Amino acid sequence: MKARNPYLADEAGFYGKFGGAFIPEMLYPNIENLKQQYLSIIEEESFQNKLNDLLKDYVGRPTPLYFAKRMSEKYGAKIYLKREDLCHTGAHKVNNTIGQILLAKRLGKKRIIAETGAGQHGVATATACALMGIECIIYMGAVDIKRQAPNVSRMKMLGAKVVPANSGSKTLKDATNEAIRDWISNPENTHYIIGSVVGPHPYPDLVARFQAIISKETKAQLLEKEGRENPDYVIACVGGGSNAAGLYYHYLDQEEVQIIAVEAAGKGILTTESAATTALGKEGIIHGSKTLLMQNPDGQITEPYSISAGLDYPGIGPMHAHLFESGRAKFVSITDEDAMQAGLELSKTEGIIPAIETAHAFAIFKEMKFKKDDVLVFNLSGRGDKDLQTYIDYFGF
Amino acid sequence: MNNRINQKLAEDSKVLSIYFTAGFPTLEDTRKVMLTLQNAGVDMLEIGLPFSDPLADGPTIQESSTAALKNGMSSQKLFEQLEGVRDEIHIPLIVMGYFNAMLQYGVEAFCKKCNELGIDGIIMPDLPLEIYQKEYQEIFEKYNLHNIFLITPQTSDERIRLMDEVSNSFIYMVSTASTTGSNAGFGDEQMQYFKRISKMKLKNKLVVGFGIKDQETFQQATQFTKGSIIGSAFIKHLTENGVDSIPDFVKTIR
Ligand SMILES: Cc1ncc(COP(=O)(O)O)c(C=O)c1O
Repeated sequence: MKARNPYLADEAGFYGKFGGAFIPEMLYPNIENLKQQYLSIIEEESFQNKLNDLLKDYVGRPTPLYFAKRMSEKYGAKIYLKREDLCHTGAHKVNNTIGQILLAKRLGKKRIIAETGAGQHGVATATACALMGIECIIYMGAVDIKRQAPNVSRMKMLGAKVVPANSGSKTLKDATNEAIRDWISNPENTHYIIGSVVGPHPYPDLVARFQAIISKETKAQLLEKEGRENPDYVIACVGGGSNAAGLYYHYLDQEEVQIIAVEAAGKGILTTESAATTALGKEGIIHGSKTLLMQNPDGQITEPYSISAGLDYPGIGPMHAHLFESGRAKFVSITDEDAMQAGLELSKTEGIIPAIETAHAFAIFKEMKFKKDDVLVFNLSGRGDKDLQTYIDYFGF
Repeated sequence: MNNRINQKLAEDSKVLSIYFTAGFPTLEDTRKVMLTLQNAGVDMLEIGLPFSDPLADGPTIQESSTAALKNGMSSQKLFEQLEGVRDEIHIPLIVMGYFNAMLQYGVEAFCKKCNELGIDGIIMPDLPLEIYQKEYQEIFEKYNLHNIFLITPQTSDERIRLMDEVSNSFIYMVSTASTTGSNAGFGDEQMQYFKRISKMKLKNKLVVGFGIKDQETFQQATQFTKGSIIGSAFIKHLTENGVDSIPDFVKTIR
């Protein structure tokens, strides 16, 4: 038997001391059912065939691994971009929603709910539901509905119902609360498509498996381009951590590959407006998972802040909490200002306008120096169309 | 384990339990609300420790929780307010909250404090059976605290039997698949469920919660069970009519 990968979930869904399923009893039957069935279903050959066909012909996979020549010259390292922005709907989120919609169908569910922050996961879920002709309800914080307006219109056009979350900070955390409450009230016909590697077990593992295609492809593509599967660094932004989990997945046990995770510092980790979970958080429970989260000494969850709706979350997935605590990954936090500048720089240097979430990863050059021959793979998790208004307002175009 | 909860459940009459949010409507109302409820004839109290992200609660309890937190409520504050509570409150007291609050206070320190203050039980909806058994049961028992489990219409018989093994007071029957504060009333489906569970002849008593709002729903809920818990309907009344009108609310129930 192969030794267990220490960075992946164990039987009970723990990554080291993080993870598990801290859920009210009302959710138990659904979560238990999912836990009992997800592995055997997604490993079925017919499931894999359907998934791979859709990923190829509908999503547009494999996504390119692009050598960014001008960025490489500028920063004196070999910079590769994994082009998840070229996926149908414009971000990596669709890898997960296509997988989960097939799973939901196999489980006989007739109604889909999801939370969304930036709206990318909402759009990707609405898309998958339209594709399958299934009812779709998306919960979205009222603040995010305003700052990601184009995605709200897209979801509606795709036939989804968008329900505003008006509690708390009216952002991703609150949208997630509302989605969970909906699931409590609809325990039989509904599947909840969580958008990141967060929530109770088995979600973090399930979502990571569907995103793992990112590093699977990267390995083959890098072998072709560089004659080696392993880069020196893999770099991704972390909101909940799904695009990062996808890029890291097949490198987790390759210790020579350095893992860099970029969090949103918002206005700075010394201010009260931040979403840098590992810098500011402590072990606790959020959305059914034991992980690192921002909270006060009484255990009340802090309202986070980031200019990017997709990173505006007070926790991180338990896999990432474990990568942080074990020292396997290095975490860096990047301010709004540096992220916006990095987004502008990538646009002008490579002709690619990234999502503001993604732009955080490219600000790494402010924090770290690399050697000339270092091979860096960035996850270009999404494109910036949805953020145009924010860019326009910020830079005064 | 045997404490005030067991004594109350051993009495003949049906049990009326009220959930209220600590530190609401104003921070210093906690003790006054408790005393008024006891004097109005309520049998048991659930002291709601407010949480920023109460997943199992509907809008009414969410709003009272947000208000209580704004007022300055916290675990620490609640424990301060409960100093000496047993000089005037004699009915069973249960603390209900979310597990992160306990975790941050320290599970053992939290239980110890509850025991010193005269708390009889704890309800943490997001502390699942398996983790309780593995990591915390010993601590709860050491401090003579009943951990109360929730079941729903979807909970399997097998799992109910497991909970019945592990507990020794009552099982909290959630009336319908919903968050707190559902307003639909009880139909055939709920009555069948209450009856079905009562026929299981569990060693623990059954107490029904979620969706009890008036005399009719109280009577329906207790037809096959030992008692029932009112939360959102009470908080709504308290919000609209203030602390002094609490006895009026209790009179409408029985
Ligand atoms: C383009 C893009 N990147 C990253 C994220 C952050 O999510 P995660 O950390 O799960 O990849 C989002 C979330 O909405 C996103 O839209």
